[in-house]
Amino acid sequence: MIVSVIFYLFAAVLIGAAVGMITSRNPVHAALFLVLAFFNSAAIWLLLEAEFLAIVLVLVYVGAVMVLFLFVVMMLDVNLAAMREGFTRYAPLGAVIAAIVVIEIFHVVWLKRQGLPFFDTPVPHPPGYSNTEALGAILYTDYVYPFELAAVILLVAIVAAISLTMRRREGLKQQNISRQVQVRREDRVRLVKMDAERDE
Amino acid sequence: MRSFFDAIWQFLPPTPQSVMSTFSVISVVVVVLILSVAYLTLAERKVIGYMQNRIGPNRVGFRGLLQPIADVLKLLIKEIIIPRRANRFLFVIAPLLSIIPAFATWAVIPVSDSFVLADIDAGLLYVLALTSMGVYGVILAGWATNSKYAFLGAMRSAAQIVAYEIAMGFALVGVLMAGGSLNLGKIVEAQAGGLLSWFWLPLLPLFLVYFISGVAETNRAPFDVAEGESEIVAGFHVEYSGTAFAVFFLAEYANMILISALATTFFLGGWLSPFEGVPALGETFLAAPGFIWFALKVSFFLFCFLWFRATFPRYRYDQIMRLGWKVFIPITILWIGVEGVMAALEIGPWSS
Repeated sequence: MIVSVIFYLFAAVLIGAAVGMITSRNPVHAALFLVLAFFNSAAIWLLLEAEFLAIVLVLVYVGAVMVLFLFVVMMLDVNLAAMREGFTRYAPLGAVIAAIVVIEIFHVVWLKRQGLPFFDTPVPHPPGYSNTEALGAILYTDYVYPFELAAVILLVAIVAAISLTMRRREGLKQQNISRQVQVRREDRVRLVKMDAERDE
Repeated sequence: MRSFFDAIWQFLPPTPQSVMSTFSVISVVVVVLILSVAYLTLAERKVIGYMQNRIGPNRVGFRGLLQPIADVLKLLIKEIIIPRRANRFLFVIAPLLSIIPAFATWAVIPVSDSFVLADIDAGLLYVLALTSMGVYGVILAGWATNSKYAFLGAMRSAAQIVAYEIAMGFALVGVLMAGGSLNLGKIVEAQAGGLLSWFWLPLLPLFLVYFISGVAETNRAPFDVAEGESEIVAGFHVEYSGTAFAVFFLAEYANMILISALATTFFLGGWLSPFEGVPALGETFLAAPGFIWFALKVSFFLFCFLWFRATFPRYRYDQIMRLGWKVFIPITILWIGVEGVMAALEIGPWSS
């Protein structure tokens, strides 16, 4: 009873946040709505006893990805009028894509269900159950090659992203910090000994 | 009177009973935290004062002991000014976003062998997730203020926190490899056996990286470029006043206490006694584990925070980034490799 009340509460906020994310005109507000949506989906995962996924969702998406996202969105000076200029031109294409997606969802939800069994509410696990351990045990045994493959693909993506932004610019001044640290007093200060002079 | 309350208590069904008792325990923890924050501000001014050959506040109350109370009252009765072009909602909610994670993380920190609010399995992950949330308060404050100085402070802070969070996370990977669990209580228990078996020694590089990253994460000196009063006035909270400013202040100090408590739990054996297993002491209170050891270790780290502030000049921004990305992350990755090899070969204190 209490669990379903909590579920509907989080689900309602999740849907509200998702709608807000699409409809809000300010990109920073949209990003914040997305953060709220991530939070609520994490809470729903917690209700499913998938605590590892829930916490990692918050850690990775809320704690890192969305921070960088906000960072970029805040720096860009988004011109809303320019963004809405092409709306009427692209509206038919958008409508077609939306219709295709709606038909697909309809297909999945309604047509496929004819043959598929309904899923019951998952049975609660015993108290000693650790979702993190269970996931780790499966990932590093049964699915170790797909897991490592995914890691390598991500690494390639990281390297590619960095190499895209690395370029040598002319006239760029750089500091060599180890040389800066090694500087001693003798390198910079020269004591000059000279005789006292007297005005004749 | 007493029996009257007992009767009411017995009359309640079990769910409200447990909710009420949990709430009362939580409020005790929060009140203790807020009081610690208040007296940490006094300690900071006193410690830095003596380090600079001054006395520090000594007018309000006996030797200045009521100074934090006076400061809080002053901040509470001041006006909260909201800039005209600011985003009102985000401007007001930003301080709350920075204080909520600082308090919520305490739910999983074991302060003694018998007391922890929520003894959950994924405690370390929960800590990482919540500490990464604190940056939102800073960025939103900077953006919602609609001021260039505040925005610069927010950008600096966001880049810095993202950089140091990675080093921090990698340092904690080493801790969970050595502790063999994500549960903070079990990590502490894995360090049992006296001063030399705590994780600070086998994981020394990770310990240093963790604590320095912790200082950077809390935007404290020498990493306090987000405030940078000499260049960008006060950074992200330049337009905040009164209670809203006080909440930011509270969050900063609560985060300091939090980082100290986490460093204690992960590297200095939490509630364990340093003299555990010393034969001469036997079964005396010195060898017994308890809350007092936890409090002493946390106080040591807090003193370090104040000490750094009085000692080091502020880092230059590009050097902060270099330290985080090019020095700390390679160190942590290297040490995780060393640890993995040692554990696989079952050598020394690394294999448990």
